[in-house]
Amino acid sequence: MGATIAEKILAAKSGKSSVAPGEIVDAYPDLVMSHTATWRSASVMQRIGAKSLYDPDRLAIVLDHISPAKTEKYAADQQISRNFARAHGVQKFYDIDAGIAHLVLMEAGHVKPGDLIVGTDSHCTIYGSLGALGTGIGYTEVASVWITGKLWMKVPATIKIVLDGRFAGGVYAKDLMLYLIGKLGADGCSYKSVEFYGSSVPDLSVSERMTMTNLAMEMGVKCAFVPPDEKTAQYLENRLEKTAYRPVYADPDAVYEERIPVDLGELHPMVACPHEVENTKAIGVVAGTHIDQAFLGSCANAKYEDLVVAAGILKGRKIHPGVRLIVTPGSKQILLQAMNSGVLQTLIESGALVTNPGCGACAGDGGMLADGEVCLSTANRNFLGRMGSAKSQIYLSSPATLAASAIKGEIADPREFMN
Amino acid sequence: MNSIIEGRIFKFGDNVNSDVIIPGRYLIYIDRERLAQHAFEMLGDGFPDKLRGFEILVAGRNFGCGSAREQAATAIQGLGIKAVVACSFARTFYRNAINDGLPIVECPELYSAVQEGDEIRIDLAAGKIHRGAQEYSCPAMPDSVRKILELGGLAEYLKSQLRGVESAPVE
Repeated sequence: MGATIAEKILAAKSGKSSVAPGEIVDAYPDLVMSHTATWRSASVMQRIGAKSLYDPDRLAIVLDHISPAKTEKYAADQQISRNFARAHGVQKFYDIDAGIAHLVLMEAGHVKPGDLIVGTDSHCTIYGSLGALGTGIGYTEVASVWITGKLWMKVPATIKIVLDGRFAGGVYAKDLMLYLIGKLGADGCSYKSVEFYGSSVPDLSVSERMTMTNLAMEMGVKCAFVPPDEKTAQYLENRLEKTAYRPVYADPDAVYEERIPVDLGELHPMVACPHEVENTKAIGVVAGTHIDQAFLGSCANAKYEDLVVAAGILKGRKIHPGVRLIVTPGSKQILLQAMNSGVLQTLIESGALVTNPGCGACAGDGGMLADGEVCLSTANRNFLGRMGSAKSQIYLSSPATLAASAIKGEIADPREFMN
Repeated sequence: MNSIIEGRIFKFGDNVNSDVIIPGRYLIYIDRERLAQHAFEMLGDGFPDKLRGFEILVAGRNFGCGSAREQAATAIQGLGIKAVVACSFARTFYRNAINDGLPIVECPELYSAVQEGDEIRIDLAAGKIHRGAQEYSCPAMPDSVRKILELGGLAEYLKSQLRGVESAPVE
């Protein structure tokens, strides 16, 4: 019987020839990511009394949430993380200037097809955009993997999502994912692996694939994959030696629990309404909703392509005087690219505030909301109070819908601004 | 940790996310009591104080969804909650709870059968929940997981393992 991508990777990383869904294995990850939570794992390690790491080369540390330090407490915590990295010889250490861990690690060539990656962040699923199995764990378990090199993992069943057709103008990977999350629910793929196939996939950029595998988390997935192809190889070309990785593909006779077909051509811009991501509506239903703030940021949608899409709509236009547009590029590389191409200038001239790269307002770092305020965000979560007051509201959309809405001062259909 | 947990239940609905359990702004803390002061505070309505005096949370589907923040489990423990029974859990919360020493039990059957304030009795080893004479089945906790819970979480478990290695007789 054939195996899915998750089954193959978990078998390989646990030294088995094959595994079956439901089986529990001891797996050895290739990479353990920890972000701002690093100091917590370091303190657990100290409490345990362990002195050495299983393999320092498997650690990656990125200080992305709340950076630079906002308070003395954050400064002290970051100091612990820096000292830990230095003391243990962790080479893959990125300080407050780098950006969001997920994007930084992929840009730096630390994520390879076929890898098993765990980290202190639920959106580790994004590594599946390059064919790696990424999944989130807590800080105590990260400390455990640092020390022992392994963790127990349950082999997930796999769902196949088949994408055919092409996006109409103004519709993007974010709209696809909001559609799927609304249709399947916040636990629609709980504990499952998801693989994306179909005639549309070769046309989807790596950036769009990142949005897909990132947002898949909001349907409860353990991991999500876009099988590596030419686009993946191009992305990895200047980052990794071709001989450094071997893509993992599902067997033709792999067993899928479910097959979900989607015609991309039938999709419209979508918006997730407060306070759950599964509470999605077509743009027409929520258009006209007043907004106070627009946040273009997060690991879901603050990649270079996302900034380009927003800038394309904002070029030569001004945002509504009642709106604060906060742009937080996902990484330093993205910021540089946007600076060199003029995208940054377009955004700033339209009225945007551009902040330093990182998680920014998605993690409550600046851009907090007051009572009664409404924010439209390109992030992946709109939970109650996530960006400030419990009496504020967060809506989620694509960068295009966000740009159109920032201009109008209310949730707006991006197709109004496209010809 | 005893295999038997008894107490009064407080009931939540579906998709209680970890941002609601403990908002991101408090993740600078890792100690139970401090986190517990802010647990569920976004819900207003007397939270978290109204949870004091309850020993067990009963919830619907997908409890603990969203962020992988371990402090969601820590904060619940800080409130004096001894176990969470839900129709289902998000996988990150499930792992974090075990690693943090908080027993969690999946029992969809129980949810509609109980009301807030009911007294229930959970037998983790046997995989049974009792409310009065009523009995509900749930998956028995594997010994390996129970061992972690008994020691108070993964850190303590690892500590005991390492101590075991260090104190092993040298030939």
